[in-house]
Amino acid sequence: MKDVKVLGTGCSNCKNTIKLIEEVAQEKNHEITLEKVEDIQKIMSYGIMSTPGVVIDGVVVHAGGVPSREKIAAWFI
Amino acid sequence: MNRLLLKWSGTTPRMFLIIALLIWLGLYQLLVPLSEAIVSLLPVDRETHLGGALQFFFYDTPKVLLLLTGIVFIMGMINSYFTPERTRAILAGRSKGAANLMAALLGVVTPFCSCSAVPLFIGFVQAGVPLGVTFSFLIAAPMVNEVALTLLFAMFGWKIALLYLALGLSVAVVSGWVIGCLNMENHLEDWVRNMPRVQATADNMKMSLPERICKGFDSVHEIVGKVWPYIVAGIAIGALIHGYVPQDFMASFMGKEAWWSVPLAVIIGIPMYTNAAGIIPIIDALLAKGAALGTALAFMMSVIALSLPEMIILRKVLKLKLIATFISVVAVGILIVGYVFNSVL
Repeated sequence: MKDVKVLGTGCSNCKNTIKLIEEVAQEKNHEITLEKVEDIQKIMSYGIMSTPGVVIDGVVVHAGGVPSREKIAAWFI
Repeated sequence: MNRLLLKWSGTTPRMFLIIALLIWLGLYQLLVPLSEAIVSLLPVDRETHLGGALQFFFYDTPKVLLLLTGIVFIMGMINSYFTPERTRAILAGRSKGAANLMAALLGVVTPFCSCSAVPLFIGFVQAGVPLGVTFSFLIAAPMVNEVALTLLFAMFGWKIALLYLALGLSVAVVSGWVIGCLNMENHLEDWVRNMPRVQATADNMKMSLPERICKGFDSVHEIVGKVWPYIVAGIAIGALIHGYVPQDFMASFMGKEAWWSVPLAVIIGIPMYTNAAGIIPIIDALLAKGAALGTALAFMMSVIALSLPEMIILRKVLKLKLIATFISVVAVGILIVGYVFNSVL
């Protein structure tokens, strides 16, 4: 089970990212816990400069823009 | 279709770019005959108000969308050379002056979304980019962007687009420089000042040409996919005004003679928020009806550069006094631009 956090202040890109991750994880039957991090201080503690950011098991795997479906799929192998 | 395009651009990227350019140019040539043909098929007289409005709509909509797609694609590829991290590394440790200009220019080419304004701001300050230089970047990034410039070019020609570029950069450079001179570092929220300093390093990701083409497609998908309804709606409104509202309707209260129109336009524009795509057709309509160019451009800059939602987000990192300074300095800058424009043109 993977612990996924989506970092973002709640703009449409962040919402789309969350939706896409949920979809892909379900398609691949991968169990995840998905958490939305909207607090700016917490977001900054991951050291990213553009949102949305995606953190999996504590590691930043993506920052800036909605990740592509292919990129997300590669996280859940 | 998408997969096929991607595969093709992956194997022979240069060939792909050349052929894409030729197809684009071909389509562009077809715009006028196509729009005339469509209107002549409709049961309206070309010489009536409605006919004129329809022709304007059927010509302008594909033209603007075609231009936008082309330029956003190219900018998507250019953007891939300028990640925020690299921009930060270029600006870190410089003192104000030339760095303000550099920051404003980088603001144009670095990919930026207004929801990233705060992380970017903190990231810059944390790495030792001076406050004023950070502001130059933050003012230029939303105001001078490829969408605004393309639309200005498509609707008013390259002279106005170029003027907007030069004036937008000037406002960003001078406002940032002034804020830098005011030494307001202690008006950042405490938690921001207490964050550990970080070393600015640029990730030296080398991207291949096919990957950059891919980035171009991504931006078209993201940007054009998002703004096209605004553009269509805006052009429709513009077409209606072209056809129906009497000429010089706006001249009495947005013309050159009305000195108070510039400050009024700036003040009305501050709390308003829409992206460049939403505002340009309105500007188009205002100009067509006799509003002065300086007044209209000042209105546009104020709407795009300063907005209530952005201030609410920035409030999390800036104390009230710094936000107020930021708004006033930029507003005064835009005001000057408006007056200068109205007096020289």
